[in-house]
Amino acid sequence: MSERRPKIVGFCCEKHGMDCVTLAARSERQYDSSVRLIQVPCTGRVDGIHILEALENGADSVFVLGCLEKNCYYDTGSIEGRKRVEYVKGMLAETGIEPERVEMFNASSSMAWKFHDIVSSMKDVAERLGPIRPGGGDSE
Amino acid sequence: MIVAKRKPLDEIAEMIAPYEKVAIIGCRSCVAICLAGGEKEVKMLVSAMKLKNRKDGREQSLDGFVLERQCEKEWVKEVEEKILDSDIVLSMSCSLGTQTIGDMYPHRIVVPGLNTAIFGVPEEQGLWSEKCLGCGDCIIDTTGGICPIARCAKSMLNGPCGGSSDGHCEVNLDIECAWYAIHERLKLQNRLELMEYVRPPKNWSTSHSGGRRIIVREDAKLTPHQKRGQEVLE
Ligand code: SF4
Ligand code: SF4
Repeated sequence: MSERRPKIVGFCCEKHGMDCVTLAARSERQYDSSVRLIQVPCTGRVDGIHILEALENGADSVFVLGCLEKNCYYDTGSIEGRKRVEYVKGMLAETGIEPERVEMFNASSSMAWKFHDIVSSMKDVAERLGPIRPGGGDSE
Repeated sequence: MIVAKRKPLDEIAEMIAPYEKVAIIGCRSCVAICLAGGEKEVKMLVSAMKLKNRKDGREQSLDGFVLERQCEKEWVKEVEEKILDSDIVLSMSCSLGTQTIGDMYPHRIVVPGLNTAIFGVPEEQGLWSEKCLGCGDCIIDTTGGICPIARCAKSMLNGPCGGSSDGHCEVNLDIECAWYAIHERLKLQNRLELMEYVRPPKNWSTSHSGGRRIIVREDAKLTPHQKRGQEVLE
């Protein structure tokens, strides 16, 4: 892999998602600074176009982080978020782009460890697949 | 409303592949409501196609626009410049919009991004069901307001057939038997005698079987004199 730093974008809900990020930032374990976080009121607000445009603007991988499904601050927001992510993954697969570049995750406020895991798994994907370009990012 | 579904992206990509400048045009009416070709869907398609082009190493300019109603010439005129400036138009409306653009600019290539499917009704969020086939001679006054032409797999006029089972259609057990539904509706309305009424064979000449249909309202049509006046104004 090249020296290039991977570009990871994360859409995090301002409730459990961001609480989890804040706790992770306070922990001793450092999370990779190549991740750019975008706070949204709720993952139900994340639309397919936001994810696609993040990729279009150069993200190698994109994740959406919301509350646990049965404990969502807005009841079903994170379920909506997951459905949008699944739809975009389907569109990516149809265009021949690796759907694993996009993932949905759920966490509660106290799950700092989960945020570390999410960042490292999305970083792995970004490094393995690299930028979207001809012949690049072969995951098979 | 007319319900349509986006074509698979690889099929869309193949149609537009040979062209450099692509105008992708959506519609804010039926296809926006059925989440196939409105503002959001056009934006997402443009974005997905740009990503695909990046992946495939193809240079192509893709621009998205959305019209109020693509099946009406007045609205199409609004993007005339964009149409004329492109090499191909990918229409994200039902095929009525696609054909309106095609008929207005016959020298341009206009291709469908959607599969136009049914005259349907939004039953719940994300679910549309077919309720009419546009037969041109509506008979649902005798069937409790339920269309046996569109909702019965065999378009039976005097049902149910022998395959109706527990309210489901033998052709697809996930679908309600239209004639069971008609029976239940008529029972509710105390009009069960209509089940005994024998509907005579239908005259299908009013349907598409009679050839392409044109509907005219003479009192609304412009006279030649009025048409000339309108041309002058334009
Ligand atoms: S009877 Fe004909 S017009 Fe009436 S709902 Fe059925 S298909 Fe449509
Ligand atoms: S089971 Fe009912 S809906 Fe199905 S074909 Fe027979 S009458 Fe029509």
